[in-house]
Order: sequence, then C-alpha cells, then structure tokens
Amino acid sequence: MAKLPAYTTPLERVWHYTYLLICALIFLFLVAPILLVMPLSFNAEPYFTFTQKMLTFDPAGFSMRWYDNILTHGMAAPEIMRWSKNWWLDAWENAQWLHAAKNSVIIGVSATILATALGTLAAMGLSRPEMPFRRAIMGLLISPMIVPLIITATGLFFFYSKTGLAHTYIGIIMAHATLGIPFVIITVTATMVGFDHSLSRAALNLGATPITVFREITLPLILPGVISGALFAFVTSFDEVVVVLFVAAFDQQTIPRQMWNGIREQISPTILAVATILVIFSILLLTTVEILRRRSEKLRGISPA
Amino acid sequence: METQSTLQNDAPLTAADGTPLHKALGRATRRAKWRAFLLVFPLLIFIIITFAIPIAQMLYRSVNNTAFSDNMPNLVAYFANNEVTGVPGEDAYAALVADLVQAREAKTIGVVATRINYELPGARSQFTGGARKAKKLEAPFKEALIDVDEDWNDPHLWNVMQRAANPVSASFYLAALDMKYDDTGNIVRAPEKKRIYVPLFVRTLWLSALISVLCLILAFPVARLLATLPLRYSNLLMIFVLLPFWTSLLVRTTAWIALLQSQGVLNDMLVGTNILADENRVQLMYNQAGTIIAMTHILLPFMILPLYSVMKSIPPTYVRAARSLGASSWTAFWKVYFPQTIPGIGAGVLLVFILSIGFYITPALVGGSSGQLISNEIARHMLQSLNWSLAAALGGILLLIIIVFYWLFDKVVGVDNMKLG
Repeated sequence: MAKLPAYTTPLERVWHYTYLLICALIFLFLVAPILLVMPLSFNAEPYFTFTQKMLTFDPAGFSMRWYDNILTHGMAAPEIMRWSKNWWLDAWENAQWLHAAKNSVIIGVSATILATALGTLAAMGLSRPEMPFRRAIMGLLISPMIVPLIITATGLFFFYSKTGLAHTYIGIIMAHATLGIPFVIITVTATMVGFDHSLSRAALNLGATPITVFREITLPLILPGVISGALFAFVTSFDEVVVVLFVAAFDQQTIPRQMWNGIREQISPTILAVATILVIFSILLLTTVEILRRRSEKLRGISPA
Repeated sequence: METQSTLQNDAPLTAADGTPLHKALGRATRRAKWRAFLLVFPLLIFIIITFAIPIAQMLYRSVNNTAFSDNMPNLVAYFANNEVTGVPGEDAYAALVADLVQAREAKTIGVVATRINYELPGARSQFTGGARKAKKLEAPFKEALIDVDEDWNDPHLWNVMQRAANPVSASFYLAALDMKYDDTGNIVRAPEKKRIYVPLFVRTLWLSALISVLCLILAFPVARLLATLPLRYSNLLMIFVLLPFWTSLLVRTTAWIALLQSQGVLNDMLVGTNILADENRVQLMYNQAGTIIAMTHILLPFMILPLYSVMKSIPPTYVRAARSLGASSWTAFWKVYFPQTIPGIGAGVLLVFILSIGFYITPALVGGSSGQLISNEIARHMLQSLNWSLAAALGGILLLIIIVFYWLFDKVVGVDNMKLG
C-alpha cells in the first residue's frame, strides 16, 4: 500500500481509512454470499442457516449428506451394495443430478464448439479494416447478449414449434451457441487488435496457403482470446435456464434447470451442495482465464511491469 | 519539377497486366471486402436463423392471431361481405350457429372461446355453452340463440367478433398498454384498477434505474481503489470482482436465498446479536427488497469492470497537479478526477440498466409478487395463461425499449469497444 504523502491533513487521513473500510465492506458484499454457501452445504440439518452445533464447530453439526444426496437422488437402489460397481452403474444411469450434468456437458460442449468456430471466423473478418458495414453487423452479432433472454426464448419457442426443433438437442445447442457467440466475438476481436497483419502477409508472400497461414500464424497468436471466448460461451450455456425452460422437453434436464426446479419446489440443502461444486468450478475457470489473459498480454508485448 | 510534368504527360499508370492502376486497385479492394465479408457470412446466416427470424416470428405473432379466423369460416365470410354495426340480422346468426356446430365437432371451440374471452371476459362459457346446444337449434337462429343466452344479443360481442375475424389486429398491443376497444370500437384506456402492464413497465424501468444507481455508488469507490493500487495488490483484489462474475447466476441467487430468508443467516445474525427480537425478523426476501439486493449484487461486476478500465487510463498526475496548485482534496477529486471517469460511468450505468430490464430468473426466485419485472409477466403468459399473442406483444414493447437503450449505448460507448474481464 502506498504511503500517504506528508501533506495530508488529519481529516484526510481519517477519510482515507474510512474509504478503505468502505471498500472492504463492498468487497465483502461481493464475495460473502458466494463463500457462505460452502460451509452451509455441510449442514447436518435440512436448514439454510448455521445451526448452534455448526457455530460451536461440533463435528455432529456437519455432514456430507447433501453431497451424498446429489449422487443418490433418483437412484433405483441407493442403499444396496454401496460403492460397488453396480451401485456406481445405477448412479450413472439414474441419479438425477448426474443425468442433468451429462445433458449440461453435452449441450455446453457442442454449443461452445459451434459458437467458437463461427465466432472466431467472423471476428477475423470483422477485425479487417476493409470489412463493409462493420458497425451494423457487429451490432447485430452482439445483440443476443443485450436482448433479454425472455424475448429470445419466446421467439425460439414460436420458431422451433413450427420447424420441429422444439424438444431436440440440436435446437437447444443452436440457441445456446447463439447466446455464446457475442462473447467469442468480443474476446477474439480484442485479441485481433494487437495482431500484426504483416506476419500473415509475410507468410502469404513466402507461399503459404491461406489455410496454412491461419493454422500456423494466426491461430497460435490469437489462441488465448479464442480459448477465453470459448470458456465464456461454455459458461453461458452451462448457466442458461430460460431458453431450456421454453424449448426443451421435460426429460431434457440440465443443471441450472434442475436447480431452478429445486429452488421453486422443495428447497433442500442439496442445492447448496451443488452450488458449492459450481463455485469451485468457477474458481477454476476464473484462474484459467486470468492465466490466458496474462499470457496473451505477454505474447502481444503489452504486459505491464 | 521536370519528372512530375513528364509523368503527367505520359499515359495513365498501369498494373503489371496492363489494366489501369486505379481499376486494378478498385478490384483488389473489392476483393478484399468480399474476403472479409465471406468470413463473417456463415455466422451472419446462423444468427439470422437462430435469432433474427425467431424474434421476427414473435413480432408477427403479436399482431397476428388466427384463433378465430381459422375456425369460424362462415362468420368470416359474412363479415367480409357485410359491415356490421350493432346487432346483425338472421343471416349472421345462421353463419354463427353453423360455425359453432363445426367448431364443436372439430374440438376447436375452446380456442375460439379463449380468443374472444381475451377481449370480452366471460365470453368463454357463453361460447362453449352455445356450441353445446347449437346442433339442436332450428331457424330462426337469431331468436333461438338469444333464447339460449341473452348475451348473444350484445352489440359489443359482435363488434369484438368482427375484429377477431381479421387475423391481423392491434388488440394485443392495446392490451399490453392497458388499453382496449370500447363498445363502439374506439380505443380507450382501461379503468385505473385494471391497469397491469403499464405500471409493470414503469416498475421495471424504475427498479432498473435504482439498481443502476446502487451499482454505481458501490462500484465507484472499489473501481477507484483497484485503479490506483499497485498492480500486485489490485490483481489480487480483482479476484473479488471476477469470482462473482464467473459464478453461476443461479448459485448467486441461491446464496441470497440462504442469506435473506426470514430463518436465514442474516436474520439469525441480527437476532443472535440481540439487535432484533426473534418475533420481528425482517422480511428481506419475496418482495422488492429481495429483487433489489440480489440484482445489485449480480450486476455489480458489470459496473466495476468498465469503470475500472476507464479509471486505469486516467493519469494520476492530473490530480497531483491540481493539489499542488492549491485545490483541496475534494475540489481536486470533483473538478479534475470525476469528470474524467464519466465515459466509464456512462458505459457501466447503461450496461447495468439494459441488463436489469430483462432480468427474469432472480426476480422470479426472490421477488415475491411486488418484486416481479416485466419478463416474469411475459413468462407467465407463455407458460401458464398461454396467451401467447399478449406475451409476444409485451415482448415487442420490451424489445423496443431495449433497442432504444442499445442504440444509446452504441452512441455513447460503441459496441466494438466492449471488453470482458
């Protein structure tokens, strides 16, 4: 922390520390709810608050029962031959949260691949200075991020019920790809800003085909932007529930949809256990994106000291 | 001097293959334009299919409802040939009875009844009841039908039916704006007590504005701290901002449910520290307070990040110069530092405002009834009351509001200047 200059008056000194305190409180407001979920998910009682036993750190107040419930909820025979091979098979086949997770991963990964491929290609075109109607097209491509999800979902509901895409994986994947595309465009065009076009011109001059130039020159340089765009797209899909509610079939559960149902119907600390896992997941994602960002800055030589 | 004049006198410059240079250049730029456009083309098509067409379809739906016109062919034909004012004669009733019989056999009477019921509450039972008896009715149909139910003699009903016979109508937009046609076909506002949607739009805009201001108040000090601290500290503190940003919306909403419930952590803390008596637990959730608190938390990173990136580019020397020229710390902040942050404030406030107008999940889970926003009403009409045309009309108005602010955002910030993280 920088030292206060010698000319600060006592009043300014008091204000400075008050200011730091205010900032600390705001930071607390930002992370406290997310971090509080973690200890609460180990509650032995079906409550959403800390019990007396938890506050006194009595081991009896804590349990893994809600994590256990994630696995066993929906299983045919959760109590028979626990941890045996058949038990795991049963969990893999029938556990509702695992079913939702499988769907979320299938939809998320497919939507990410689609969004990243189309988005990267378009971002390369958009970052060329000679691109016609650049601003208008950019405005259209970014708009799925701005237009309220409820409008997109309503439109898709009408469109899909006419075209037979309702209740299909393809339909959900296409919708989620659309929602993820703005993020890919934004991150990739941001990386392209620092891109030195003379490199690809040199490669072309030396006889490389455009595809080789993309594979050998462009892609490695913009890769950090592409990957962080892909992560954004994945998270968008992994967290999306409105479109799924509107166009998916009843058995096409995803994790957020299952959470949504759980919160609306029988709210149990299992939700908190799932939330804890998701928080850990987002910490991992955050770390990856930060590493990528620094790497990209280093590659482009604009790394601050 | 001499070389220039010789150049001017010479034949026009040509490219290697002999074409004039300006033509060759024009062709090359055209080709480059096409090449750039072709890269964007696949995505453009994709977005048009999965985004533009569905929204166009929603807008089409909002002005086009064929529930009546598809299922009542005789009446539609009658209205096409006759202008009805007041209650029509026997011909119209004959067509109506024939249609009622058909609609009952085709099991579409419910659809027709619902369509009329939107504009004439109570008409549903009148239609289903009339259709049940229609088969046994004999001419003269006018008297026979009015015998079944007095309401068939209502000139307003005929007015509504005549409008519904035309699939294209503005009635759903009127309903979405709390207006309707009166008995004589003029557009009037609904009675004060029955106005639902305009107050809801107003509430949505007002809560969004409030949340934007709250976010700004909370984001400003934090963003300034992050921008002025040495990088090794600010990178660390940045995690506090980015962790919520990357955490699932549902997780954050769940966390607030755990915190704000009347038996939740916050109330328990207040009771435990004897600030609050056990019987006076504060209701922080399932009302507007819940919506405001949770949405402010969820949208705060969207305010901090643009503010931070603007503040980062403000050189600290300006404030120091102001101080050394004798300005008090407040004057230096207010006259020198603050004006330079305005682009960031504009970007952040507009972004948060636009995002909060469309919020659905959080108000639905923590908002109770007083904290619902317009999106929740659209979802209700889509999933529960199944009045899809009204939902589409509400969506159309919401879209218009969003477009206005998106356009403003583009003017102030520029969509191509958006940054993430």
